[in-house]
Amino acid sequence: MLKVIAVRLIRTAAVFFVVTFATFAIVYAKPAAIARNVVGISASDQAVQAEVVKLGLDRPLLEQYRHWLAGLFQGDLGQSFFTGQPVLSTLGIRFPVTLALMVLSLVLTVGLSVLIGVVSAVRGGWPDRVLQILSVVGGAVPSFIVAIGLVFAFAIALPVFPATGYVSPDVSLGRWAASVVLPVAAILVGSVASAAAQFRGAVKEVLERDFVRTLRARGMSERAVVYRHVLRNAGGPGLTVLSLLTIGLLGGVVIIEQVFALPGMGVLVAGAASKGDVPVVMGCVAVTVLLVSLVNLVTDLLTAALDPKARVS
Amino acid sequence: MDESGSASTAEAGLEVRDLRVAYGRRRGRAEVVKGVSFGIAPGETLGLVGESGSGKTTIGRALLGLVPVTGGSITFRGHDITRLPRSRRRAVARDIQVVFQDPYSSLNPSMTIEDILVEPLRVAGVADGRSRVRELLRQVGLPDDAGTRYPSEFSGGQRQRIAIARAVAQRPGLVICDEPTSALDLTTQARALGLLRRIQRETGAAYLFISHDLGVVREVSDRIAVLHEGAIVEMGDSEQVSLRPSHPYTRRLQLATPVPDPDVQARRRQRRRELLKADA
Amino acid sequence: MTAHPVVAPEDAVAAPAAGRGRRGWAGRLLRNPMAVACIVFLGATILFGLSSPWLAPHAPGATQLNAVNAPPFTAGHLLGGDGSGRDILSRLMWGTQRTLFACVVILVSALLAGVPAGLVAGYRRGAADPVLNWVSDVIMTLPGIVLLIALYTLIGPNLVAAMGVFGVLVAPSYFRLVRGVVLGVRNELYVDAAKVAGLSEARIIGRHILWAVRAPVIIQSSFVLGGGIAIQAAVDFLGLGDPSKASWGGMLQEAFANIYSNGWAVVWPASLISLTGLATVLLGNALRDALQVGAARRSLPRRRQELISRAFAAKAENDLPDRSATEEALLSVRGLKVAYPREDGGVSQVVRGVDLAVRKGEIRGLVGESGSGKTQTAFSVLGILNTEALVGGSVVFDGEDLIAHPASRAHARGRRIGYIPQEPMTNLDPCFTVGAQLVHGLRAVRRTSRRAARHEVLALLARVGIKDPEHVFGLYPHQISGGMAQRVLICGAVAADPDLIIADEPTTALDVTVQAEVLDLLRELRDERDLGMVLVTHDFGVVADLCDTVSVMKDGRIVDSGDVRTIFREPGHAYTEELLSAARAVDLDEVGTDG
Repeated sequence: MLKVIAVRLIRTAAVFFVVTFATFAIVYAKPAAIARNVVGISASDQAVQAEVVKLGLDRPLLEQYRHWLAGLFQGDLGQSFFTGQPVLSTLGIRFPVTLALMVLSLVLTVGLSVLIGVVSAVRGGWPDRVLQILSVVGGAVPSFIVAIGLVFAFAIALPVFPATGYVSPDVSLGRWAASVVLPVAAILVGSVASAAAQFRGAVKEVLERDFVRTLRARGMSERAVVYRHVLRNAGGPGLTVLSLLTIGLLGGVVIIEQVFALPGMGVLVAGAASKGDVPVVMGCVAVTVLLVSLVNLVTDLLTAALDPKARVS
Repeated sequence: MDESGSASTAEAGLEVRDLRVAYGRRRGRAEVVKGVSFGIAPGETLGLVGESGSGKTTIGRALLGLVPVTGGSITFRGHDITRLPRSRRRAVARDIQVVFQDPYSSLNPSMTIEDILVEPLRVAGVADGRSRVRELLRQVGLPDDAGTRYPSEFSGGQRQRIAIARAVAQRPGLVICDEPTSALDLTTQARALGLLRRIQRETGAAYLFISHDLGVVREVSDRIAVLHEGAIVEMGDSEQVSLRPSHPYTRRLQLATPVPDPDVQARRRQRRRELLKADA
Repeated sequence: MTAHPVVAPEDAVAAPAAGRGRRGWAGRLLRNPMAVACIVFLGATILFGLSSPWLAPHAPGATQLNAVNAPPFTAGHLLGGDGSGRDILSRLMWGTQRTLFACVVILVSALLAGVPAGLVAGYRRGAADPVLNWVSDVIMTLPGIVLLIALYTLIGPNLVAAMGVFGVLVAPSYFRLVRGVVLGVRNELYVDAAKVAGLSEARIIGRHILWAVRAPVIIQSSFVLGGGIAIQAAVDFLGLGDPSKASWGGMLQEAFANIYSNGWAVVWPASLISLTGLATVLLGNALRDALQVGAARRSLPRRRQELISRAFAAKAENDLPDRSATEEALLSVRGLKVAYPREDGGVSQVVRGVDLAVRKGEIRGLVGESGSGKTQTAFSVLGILNTEALVGGSVVFDGEDLIAHPASRAHARGRRIGYIPQEPMTNLDPCFTVGAQLVHGLRAVRRTSRRAARHEVLALLARVGIKDPEHVFGLYPHQISGGMAQRVLICGAVAADPDLIIADEPTTALDVTVQAEVLDLLRELRDERDLGMVLVTHDFGVVADLCDTVSVMKDGRIVDSGDVRTIFREPGHAYTEELLSAARAVDLDEVGTDG
């Protein structure tokens, strides 16, 4: 088991370095273009060149990455080209908004989709049919369109929630809740639909295995069969669903923030990218990749812990 | 070890010397065939009997070039075929053919029977493949129109006939029969065995007949080799091995196989118990 | 190699109808009204986009002051105008063309990156497989949209590059699919047969491997396109598209910013994005149904099932024989029928009126070839048939009809009737230790403390011939052999001290030497506990060894029945004779063994 943990840790670290370096190489590939973005379209070539040197973009890429990485471990991700603010402190303000949305959507998605998935797999009948139709529709309509629909319905036609904007929970918990209801609902439609269908599939697969019939034949009640044995066996595939779901939610939140003008990381990174504010983009990528790597590490370890073949060697 | 067939097999048949096959790498490495030697003369059937994990299927696959051989040699009609590259294998393919255990997985479900049977003929450069197919289908007792149909339209027994037809299409000198009847029902099994015997009479092919069932092996084989944990523990005349085995393992195997007669079986059970007690 | 599977001939007809099916998959697709609707809609959308250079009423960027926020059906502007006075219909058409172009880019790059890699990893394996797998895993865990945003800093609004990269990001879905299919096909014996025949590698891949991959890739493509349409719209919606070109996402973003002045402008791009995505995914589902016949057998609508079930029950009630002559038997099955509802409203009967009786201490063999209905008969006694199975007749156990009283059957199950399955390895829960699942089973049917149950299970494990019960108790199923697993399952069947055992081919998956030991064990347990037993088997040797009485089944009926010696000496039916002679033909001659 210790060996399993060590291997996963090394793999996670490797992925983190590979992905951040690749992104770094992409966003820092054209120093002149970055500098021109900062000094302006009309600036002279000399001014641009001076800016390149000033920003240190003339150094070899690998050295720049090493520098960036060293900064990362010291809690310094550089400053925004435009505002001059330290990237880390900007992220400190923006990231919690995204994280709150994500955690809220994740908890609700997992709760709802496990419930729906298990019920429709075990019961069959009409809940199962409804889920199958909804999973197709919910999975096919992009979340930002659902969001626009919700804004139409609950902010314009029937104004119960604010259409856009964000209130920090420090200011007012109630108004914070009201400001995240529509964004979270928009994310949930798609994520619950697809996650529930996948949980259903995982449970259904286990239900059709031979040992389930044998347990029934041994006089075990259906409840005990499902709760003790079937769910335990569906746990591994379920965790895989969970980790992919988390990554999907991250993408969903980034887009949804745009619809509701929520001051999260998604709006930050999109804005920074369109302006060419490279340090901010890089900081956002680092945070997301770190988050995703952690989620994968945890689900990987849990999967290994659930699997007797990995546990008992 | 029985050497009776060797003199003639060295020139005309199959000669296997100290064959070794191992799977896995480094610490996980396990030798599943541990130095097996035997020969098969033209037109002869050698039965290879063993329980799961005895390495019997691996031996068959090694002869077919489907698993890499780690030691020893395989000679067929005087040519060393132990480790042939794919391109050279083709020349041998005409001579060594196979009938697998599972008649469902051994036919490609998306091809018609005719395409399945023509494929090996085309590789061998046979020009009038299509007419040969009709001849083959008749030979294994399938209707003429079977060629245009798909494997899923046939029962397990019929599929096994198709697999047999494919194996004998190029008139091979040796057919590896890897549990060809163990997936079939009793009555179908008897018919498939009959077909194999008839084809042997007609074509003079030699068979390596691999099975877990001593009874089936005895039924078709001239000689029997008993495989246990990757090694041949006993080899000899079919009658002798199946009825008067000399090795303790063969004796256990022989007595453990139930026969379809309650009284005889009761006696055999008794003898098996005595044997086990004597061993202990 | 442990298993010697007996394949049912019916399977050949029922399950993989792929061969016959593939010829008509296009026909099947067109018979599905949903698929036709999707094809028509998508075809119209494609025409809508492609025809924009000729049919669009206005240039995509042309502004007219009178068209600013014009409502739909304004003269000259069928769908109205946007906030800058541009014609919405024209911009939608140009935007559609852009989306089509994006779809092609995504599909090409994803296929090129995913399919060859999957083929190499799956067919060649070797060093390439783990490396490609790792790369695929890494790509799958990337936050795609964030990377696309980062990419924007380098390339700006470049549709081809962005969608090309997105294609690579979704390529793992093709890679994993193709690799999985190829791994499966590679182990198929027909590929081995092709190798033996001397086919070149290129021919094997072309003829056998690519063919198997084709259908799954087509299906997957529709889901990839569904996702691609959404992501392309999202990128434009985030403002990272080319503002000089009309696009669905860009139009949506502008209209959404302008939502209070012109709500209609939101509706058009939003519905086009949703409907196109939905149609693509629905078409994918329809394609899956058409291409993979039998892969996803759908159950019949509940009402239809009820109708069929009622008709079946009424008929079975009529045919029910009298229950008088069954007094002294422990188990008495009378007129048992099992059927499965068919698509066309009829039923396929697999058991057609079976009578069977077992006394205490009697082992009754239920013999037949595959598909004769013997396992279905055994499962009916326990009530562990598939849920859609229709059952008629009566199963009287100790004086009570278990079919008429499901509650008493549930009570008898495990407590008074035990079950021994065929495949030892798949019938143990891989997630629990041997001991834990036996204790669960015991405590499910009897009130007893955990300690007492553990004690009892250990004693039973010793009884069924397991040498070191304490050790085996703590092992997981993957750590024990097939023979030992079967002993554990026998232990589970007799744990609650039942009166009757239903054993479904209990030794078929075992080696003969192990089989002999298990048969001995079953005989001893019967003698100790005066158990009645129904032993389903296809092996007359097993019958001769263990059974007192035999019933021979053929096509869902009992054709011959009686004392084991009588059946073997003077079979009462020609079919029994045929089976026996087939069995004897391949068996060991007894004369010599006495010597």
